[in-house]
Amino acid sequence: MMVLQIIAFTLIAMAASFVLLRLVFGPTTEDRIVSADALALIATVVLLCLSMFFESSLYLDIALVYSVLSFVGIVALAKVIESKVSSAEKEDKKS
Amino acid sequence: MMSLIGSIFLLIGAIFILLGAVGLLRMPDVYNRIQVGTKAVTLGTIGVVVGIIFIHPQWWSKLLVILGFVLLTSPVSSSAISRAFYRSGTKVWHKKRLAKTKPEQKGRAKE
Amino acid sequence: MKKESVPYISVFLICMVLWLMLTATFATDELISGFVIAVVVCVITAPRMQILNGLRLHLGAFPGVLAYLFYFLYALLKANLDLAKRVLSRNMHIHPQMVEIKTSMQSDLGKLFLANSITLTPGTLTVDVNDDKLLVHWIDCPEGADMKKITGEIIGQFEKYLKRFVK
Repeated sequence: MMVLQIIAFTLIAMAASFVLLRLVFGPTTEDRIVSADALALIATVVLLCLSMFFESSLYLDIALVYSVLSFVGIVALAKVIESKVSSAEKEDKKS
Repeated sequence: MMSLIGSIFLLIGAIFILLGAVGLLRMPDVYNRIQVGTKAVTLGTIGVVVGIIFIHPQWWSKLLVILGFVLLTSPVSSSAISRAFYRSGTKVWHKKRLAKTKPEQKGRAKE
Repeated sequence: MKKESVPYISVFLICMVLWLMLTATFATDELISGFVIAVVVCVITAPRMQILNGLRLHLGAFPGVLAYLFYFLYALLKANLDLAKRVLSRNMHIHPQMVEIKTSMQSDLGKLFLANSITLTPGTLTVDVNDDKLLVHWIDCPEGADMKKITGEIIGQFEKYLKRFVK
């Protein structure tokens, strides 16, 4: 059983490193944002696994707060991109 | 016994998360990457949470809150990003177009 | 039930259930403090939660939510097996395309649930929502399919399940 859990944790670590590869070498900015989103979700999962390994429910609270913060961050990023586009459109109309 | 079932669920979740990461590396354009990243990683999270519920049954309520929050917000955030990309003019990838414009696409630095 | 009371009741229920699940006890002092906090939060935020007006609060709603959840989990599992096939095959069989579909959900909350469900089901991703039109990115669009079939195929059973608890 412990072996299964360690294998699962290794697979999650591999997944995190793959996503990190996309984050570093991503050809465009969009790819980097998408991989940052996926990486935040994987970090939440890693926190859950840590709480299981250390048998302490404190990590669960951290995971909850981390997922809330990553959601707010991603939505704020999307809003910034959209507002940049709409302000550029307004300037186009003026000129 | 409970611990064994939980470990198996954990392993299934981890496999789906790995699948999402591989898809994120292999897919050709941003929208497909968003799809793979959101779906596979969300199902992986469900698997991991169910596994931990089986291993530590005394935490079930808090884990369910986390699961509900992830299920509700991860599609919303991916949809918000994709809408921002769509409005800022990112094109959808097509198979035929790739053959013609491959050299251009490599240096596609938008900003 | 009056229409204005729906946001109050739902915000109060959500706060109370969240409090109970996070503290994970039924001790009296925890219950009292949770009740007070839920009432305060409810009084402050409920007048601004117009989105919750789309909820249908009646006794048949609860089994509706459960049926929707089970169907949703089944669809999510199917989506991931489909995706696994695509990702692991050597030359990925994908023909991505943007399609526009029409929904019959009326409230904003219903559209939110529908968009979430579409995002997590086989090969589709909601990109934009305008009034009653959803812009959907489809990973494997068949050549020359007609609109009605596309709509039925993507929305599928979801609207039927959703209409039992949202407008």
